[in-house]
Amino acid sequence: MALAKRIIPCLDVDNGRVVKGVQFVDIKDAGNPVEVAKRYNEEGADEITFLDISATHEGRNTTIHMVEQIADEIFIPLTVGGGIRTTYDIRNMLNAGADKVGINSAAVKEPEFVKAAADRFGSQCIVVAIDAKKVSQEGEADRWEIFTHGGRQPTGIDAIGWAEKMVSYGAGEILLTSMDRDGTKNGFDLALTRAISESVSVPVIASGGVGNLDHLVNGVKQGKADAVLAASIFHFAEYSIPQAKAYMAERGIEVRF
Amino acid sequence: MSKQHIAIIDYGMGNLHSVASAINHVADDAHVTISCTKEDIINADRVILPGVGAIRDCMQSIIDNGIPELVDTVIQQKQPLLGICVGMQVLLSHSEENNGVDCLNHFQGKVKRFPKDATDNDEPIKVPHMGWNHVQKCQEHPLWDGIASDTRFYFVHSYYADVLETHCIGESHYGVPFAAMLAKENLAAVQFHPEKSHVAGLRLLRNFANWRV
Repeated sequence: MALAKRIIPCLDVDNGRVVKGVQFVDIKDAGNPVEVAKRYNEEGADEITFLDISATHEGRNTTIHMVEQIADEIFIPLTVGGGIRTTYDIRNMLNAGADKVGINSAAVKEPEFVKAAADRFGSQCIVVAIDAKKVSQEGEADRWEIFTHGGRQPTGIDAIGWAEKMVSYGAGEILLTSMDRDGTKNGFDLALTRAISESVSVPVIASGGVGNLDHLVNGVKQGKADAVLAASIFHFAEYSIPQAKAYMAERGIEVRF
Repeated sequence: MSKQHIAIIDYGMGNLHSVASAINHVADDAHVTISCTKEDIINADRVILPGVGAIRDCMQSIIDNGIPELVDTVIQQKQPLLGICVGMQVLLSHSEENNGVDCLNHFQGKVKRFPKDATDNDEPIKVPHMGWNHVQKCQEHPLWDGIASDTRFYFVHSYYADVLETHCIGESHYGVPFAAMLAKENLAAVQFHPEKSHVAGLRLLRNFANWRV
């Protein structure tokens, strides 16, 4: 009897289609977001994350409409991230049916925004998304920094200190992506995941690098993640959600069936 | 067959469409209204009291919108009422959140913060309690119809209800045992989000729509 570790399929959506690229290039089409979300809801996903990676204004407007359609079809929590910059954006997404919103670069640009958002809407719906990259050299103690713009722009901000600060500002959850691992299928950055998870009092979702089911197990057991997020292994039917849960349960992890 | 009216009380705290959408999905005979007008609420066949966010803001909006009197009327008229999440917590006597806030006192008990040093499955607990946890049946109740004891529901909260055992029909455990489902006469309340709890949550909402007090 314990809280279950969550499995969260992630939909990276560009202009109304689910896509998945390796390190954001070589983008493959993985279907209509509403259909994909419905399938995961039926398969037993614990939550769904929708990340809007559209660069255009039209793409963003499509997103609100898609979130509305998804929210009508699924009966599990839905987190929406990507392009959330103002409390107005948050209100729009919550009204469209999102349960939580992910804030990333807007937090880096203006940390007080997270405080304002948590005060206004409650910490339970504010997820701070952190894109981190290892900056320590071979032989040095591990150190990670926050990067923006899809991992291209360094900020000089220490990842652990940042996570702690965001929680103190009211983040209710941390979505942690290793930019070194994202799209590689080599597994989560476990040292990073563990360092963050043990530093903060709120749940941490591990993201970036899942290529097989052992990676999910390691994320929980070694990375101490409260939830694991994956995209391509589920989108391209390499593994199903029930298969992933059965595999984790066999290895002693509490999951929901 | 005439439709039954289910009113979801809207006092300005959060999006209520997911609750409405879940009920529409399970109760074909239901006409769902999201409203804070006296007429809609006291004439409804059933009433849902939702709630998210901080308790002080919730209670303030409840008071500003005249909801305490409406809830009293709903109770007197024996209309089934379901509180969800913070909508359950406001039915208790008092909450520790925001340096202490007096609530509606329909269930005697207190809302307390999850303790910092508690553990779940041998690991320190993270707060908010976020995710799918077991709910153990403590008493038979129509809301449990067709749902097995120890079914998992979706929770997201940092404060929990500590109430008299007599009213607890479902208990959960996260560092400490806490009330996940309460019931007394025509009142019921759940700490989790049935509208986000997939098959089990939908079943519970259907049970609420069918509940004969």
